[in-house]
Amino acid sequence: MLRATLKSLLARKLRLVLSGLAVLLGVMFVSGSFVLTDALGRSFDNMFSSAMAETDVLVTARPAIDVSELEGESVPGMLAAADRDAVAAVPGVAEVVGVVQADGARVIGTDGKVVASFGPPRFGANWTGETGGLELREGRGPTSADEIAVNVTLAELSKLKVGDRVGVLTTQPKKLFTLVGVFGYEGGLPGQGPVHEVRFTEPVAQELMLGAPGAYTSLSVTAAPGTDPAALRDAIKSRLGDKYVVQTGQEAAAAIAGDFKTILSLFNNILLGFAGVALFVGTFLILNTFSIIVAQRTRELALSRALGASRRQVIGSVMVEALAIGLLASVLGLAAGVGVGALLAKLAADFSSLVLASISLPLAAVISAFAVGIGVTVIAALLPALRASRVPPVAALQEVATPDRPLTRLTVSGASIGALGAGAIAFGLATSGDAVMWLLLGGVLATFIGVSLLSPVLARPVVSVLGRLFSWSVPGRLGRLNSGRNPRRTAITAAALMVGVALITGVNTTISSADRSLRGDAETGFQADLIISGQESPGVLPTFDEALLPRMRAVPGIGTVTAEYNDQALINEEPSWAAAVTDLPAVVRDLSLVAVAGSLAQPGPGEVVVDDQNATEAGLTVGSTVTVKLPKGEPASYRISGVYQRAPFYGGYIFGTDVVPGMRFPQPSFAYVRLADGADDAAARKGLEALLVDSPEMLVEDKQQYLDRELGEGAQLLLMIQILLGLAIVIAVLGVINTLALSVLERTRELGLLRAIGLSRAATMRMITVEAVVITVFGVLLGVAVGIGLGAAVVQGLADEGLSTLSIPWPAIGLYLAAGAALGVLAAVLPAIRAARINVLTAIAHE
Amino acid sequence: MTTAAPPLIRQRAETSAARASQVWKVYGTGEAQVVALRGVDVELERGRFTAIMGPSGSGKSTLMHCLAGLDSVSRGQVFVGDTEVTGLNDAGLTRLRREKIGFIFQQFNLLPTLTAQENILLPLAIAGRKPDQQWFQTVIDTVGLGDRLGHRPNQLSGGQQQRVACARALVSRPEVVFADEPTGNLDSRSGAEVLGFLRRSVTEYGQTIVMVTHDAVAASYADRVIFLADGQIVAELTGPTPERVLDTLKSLDRTAQPGTEL
Ligand SMILES: Nc1ncnc2c1ncn2[C@@H]1O[C@H](COP(=O)(O)OP(=O)(O)O)[C@@H](O)[C@H]1O
Ligand SMILES: [Mg+2]
Repeated sequence: MLRATLKSLLARKLRLVLSGLAVLLGVMFVSGSFVLTDALGRSFDNMFSSAMAETDVLVTARPAIDVSELEGESVPGMLAAADRDAVAAVPGVAEVVGVVQADGARVIGTDGKVVASFGPPRFGANWTGETGGLELREGRGPTSADEIAVNVTLAELSKLKVGDRVGVLTTQPKKLFTLVGVFGYEGGLPGQGPVHEVRFTEPVAQELMLGAPGAYTSLSVTAAPGTDPAALRDAIKSRLGDKYVVQTGQEAAAAIAGDFKTILSLFNNILLGFAGVALFVGTFLILNTFSIIVAQRTRELALSRALGASRRQVIGSVMVEALAIGLLASVLGLAAGVGVGALLAKLAADFSSLVLASISLPLAAVISAFAVGIGVTVIAALLPALRASRVPPVAALQEVATPDRPLTRLTVSGASIGALGAGAIAFGLATSGDAVMWLLLGGVLATFIGVSLLSPVLARPVVSVLGRLFSWSVPGRLGRLNSGRNPRRTAITAAALMVGVALITGVNTTISSADRSLRGDAETGFQADLIISGQESPGVLPTFDEALLPRMRAVPGIGTVTAEYNDQALINEEPSWAAAVTDLPAVVRDLSLVAVAGSLAQPGPGEVVVDDQNATEAGLTVGSTVTVKLPKGEPASYRISGVYQRAPFYGGYIFGTDVVPGMRFPQPSFAYVRLADGADDAAARKGLEALLVDSPEMLVEDKQQYLDRELGEGAQLLLMIQILLGLAIVIAVLGVINTLALSVLERTRELGLLRAIGLSRAATMRMITVEAVVITVFGVLLGVAVGIGLGAAVVQGLADEGLSTLSIPWPAIGLYLAAGAALGVLAAVLPAIRAARINVLTAIAHE
Repeated sequence: MTTAAPPLIRQRAETSAARASQVWKVYGTGEAQVVALRGVDVELERGRFTAIMGPSGSGKSTLMHCLAGLDSVSRGQVFVGDTEVTGLNDAGLTRLRREKIGFIFQQFNLLPTLTAQENILLPLAIAGRKPDQQWFQTVIDTVGLGDRLGHRPNQLSGGQQQRVACARALVSRPEVVFADEPTGNLDSRSGAEVLGFLRRSVTEYGQTIVMVTHDAVAASYADRVIFLADGQIVAELTGPTPERVLDTLKSLDRTAQPGTEL
């Protein structure tokens, strides 16, 4: 039986290649992610341990405000000069270097714009000489207050040269410096990874980056010869007490690398999620292929049954075939995954000036490749194998292969599984806790399976309606009839495409609803004529010089300018955002805030106003006090003087300007501008922009521009998701090609007949193309319907979070339909060429 | 009865529906080479029903395929009407099939997705031509399918399917209809119906038909029978009866006797 199986395997090359390819791509995605993240992880290890090579013990302050990575940046703590002296006095310490390093040093390039970083920090630090692998490449280190050196990465991006005058934005407004040196790192590197670095003299770094003279962010300790770093660490620890984190250099390197690895493993999980979708889609393709193979082999199987093969042997013969494909696809997919992972790692390393560690094959990649590749294939082949075993021996003698089986059972089970899925989603959105994620995931999966099972029933009416669009031409009509011929096959092929489209549509519906809800509320709520703000990036809050405020107010046509300062704070030990405003009544008016309790007059020193949601959560009422700790300040008591109703676009604690000195960026990050009656909008705007010339990050925008920019991030997220779901779509298109190629093969005789009675080559190709387009458009329609459903469910579930309106992205959906049709045309190319090449004579001789 | 001495072929487009001139057909090369046709000269008169007979493997189908432009010839020329078929490209052949040729195959003649009526009208639809209602009516009346027009092929008997195929071949009034053993798969009663219908379309409407068969009774429906053996025309009969056809076959080759079901 094995021999016969392998022979028939070879006889159906094309189908098997295509379905094997689907598994291969999925496995490649899975193993590629593992290889990529493993290589990057070890590269980070190497980078940090070489950065710490000269540090025996590292002393850092505990974070002033500690938040988890998912919620934002922690605010680093500081060490004082006295701490440095204390450490220096510990026996066994040879040298202590005080390090000042903080994110947020933005260099203004030769084009007058801030040199952008797409993620990596822009460190401002003190010049500590050529230590820690640092090597001067040009010039010298800064020696006076108005000198800086930058790393090669930054010098290249900003196109600045030694001797240039450079504007740098820090926690303070723009300051001018002379660039005196450019430095890199050991091994010819332009920087430590992709970071930008500006080095000041120590007092300037302390002043500008920390806003605290004499303070350090860490102490790098060199042990005296013969002193064990671990022993020294313990000695320093007992000297300093519990206030600080004391680690050996190696421990510190591992800890920093560990942070990066947490992010990498999160990234890996996201990639694996998308790989899972691709594999799920691949399952459809394999299921379809094996069903077709079994249907085509009905007589052969029946004959083998008649000759004495047992059911078990029939199942075995199908499963062996699946196993062979799964195994082959896993091996090839793993190999391809290593290749792709290595390539991506190389690209990522080049892009971020990382020294790439050697590529290796993590065990997880191997295990998951085989588990996933073989598992998916075998599971998908199970149903067809069972069906094959039910072929009665008498079928060998019957003329007609398989009559159309009724779809009732499929429909009933599809409806119940779909309902179960929808229920799980609804329940998951309504509850909270650890199970939510699994409920939602299982719900979505069940919905997909349910809809797939229902799709054969839907195929008939939908395909016939869709097909009418093409019925004006004979090839169109024939194509349409062909796509309605085998509803199961059409449906599974389309369902594979549905999965990707549904996810994209669901995400798009959610984003578009969020956009619409926020925009709707903001459009009525925002009463300011202009908003001054800057694009936030991790670690940096763009600000402008508060000294500009009076001059802004003096610009002709300007009515009021209300400034807002922001930073993180610990309020009753909870990390929260704190705002400080110059004039609360003006803000209340400009943002249409509504008082719930107390007064919304400008908070005096020691007073704070809070929104009702925060107040309820923290159990606060007017008159209660909260303990507020700002990054640079000591904990202090504040009294709640008023409570306002949370607006969808505005909430949190609002202070008077007494908290500003405790903030890391003690400058305004926002300003709400009202114009005077009858003012010339354009002129006023020009006037403000002219004043902001030294703050190139700040933008003067009206409500619409501001919202467009702030909400634009959703579009980027959507783009990313679409790219990552691309593979699932590619696999679905492979499925369409597969189905069409089979149709062409099965209908060789018919095609010959059509050619014999005058159908031209071009018309034959059109016929196949219509069949393909009907399938893909059907798939997209299903996907859009399911996606809108999913999106609506999410919007419903997030109603509390301010998603008040459901907005269906019709233009995008139109685009998806057009893209679906285009994919159909694309998928039809090869099968259509094959059909057009059919020789009439051989076709007629074909049985 | 005349034997293999073809008349000199002249350009007579008015009276000849199709003709072959010194047609050779060679399959394969070297050891595996098979010469299926050896210099066949034949002229098929307009408005006549011609049967091609001969033992299995004698080249009947090959000759018909070459005449119909379904297969290329190795040497020689083929004309349908006044169009030279040899040398046409695919587009030319497609046009030829649309305008001048009708086909009836032994089996699988119809598209399963279309009704009988749609199958009959398919060649016209493909060519983008309007059916002549009166002619369509005449054809389906002659075939006797009036009440079955809305049925799909799988709801029709084999004989009915072949009659639908005949109607389809005739409905576009082609220059010539080629039929390759159209009754080969039918019982004798259904076969007789189909043959009667073909006969009538020649007698009453002047259709030209060329039919390959190995059944002497089927051949007796024709006006003229051409006998092939080993790729050459070896005999010809006009006004055939089953007996005369069988006699001719016997005289040609005593070892190969088709039509033994008689
Ligand atoms: N495609 C082909 N390749 C090779 N030989 C062929 C092919 N088609 C037909 N032949 C050979 O040509 C000869 C004539 O075949 P055919 O015309 O089908 O005979 P008939 O229809 O009279 O039975 C036979 O010997 C046959 O084997
Ligand atoms: Mg033959």
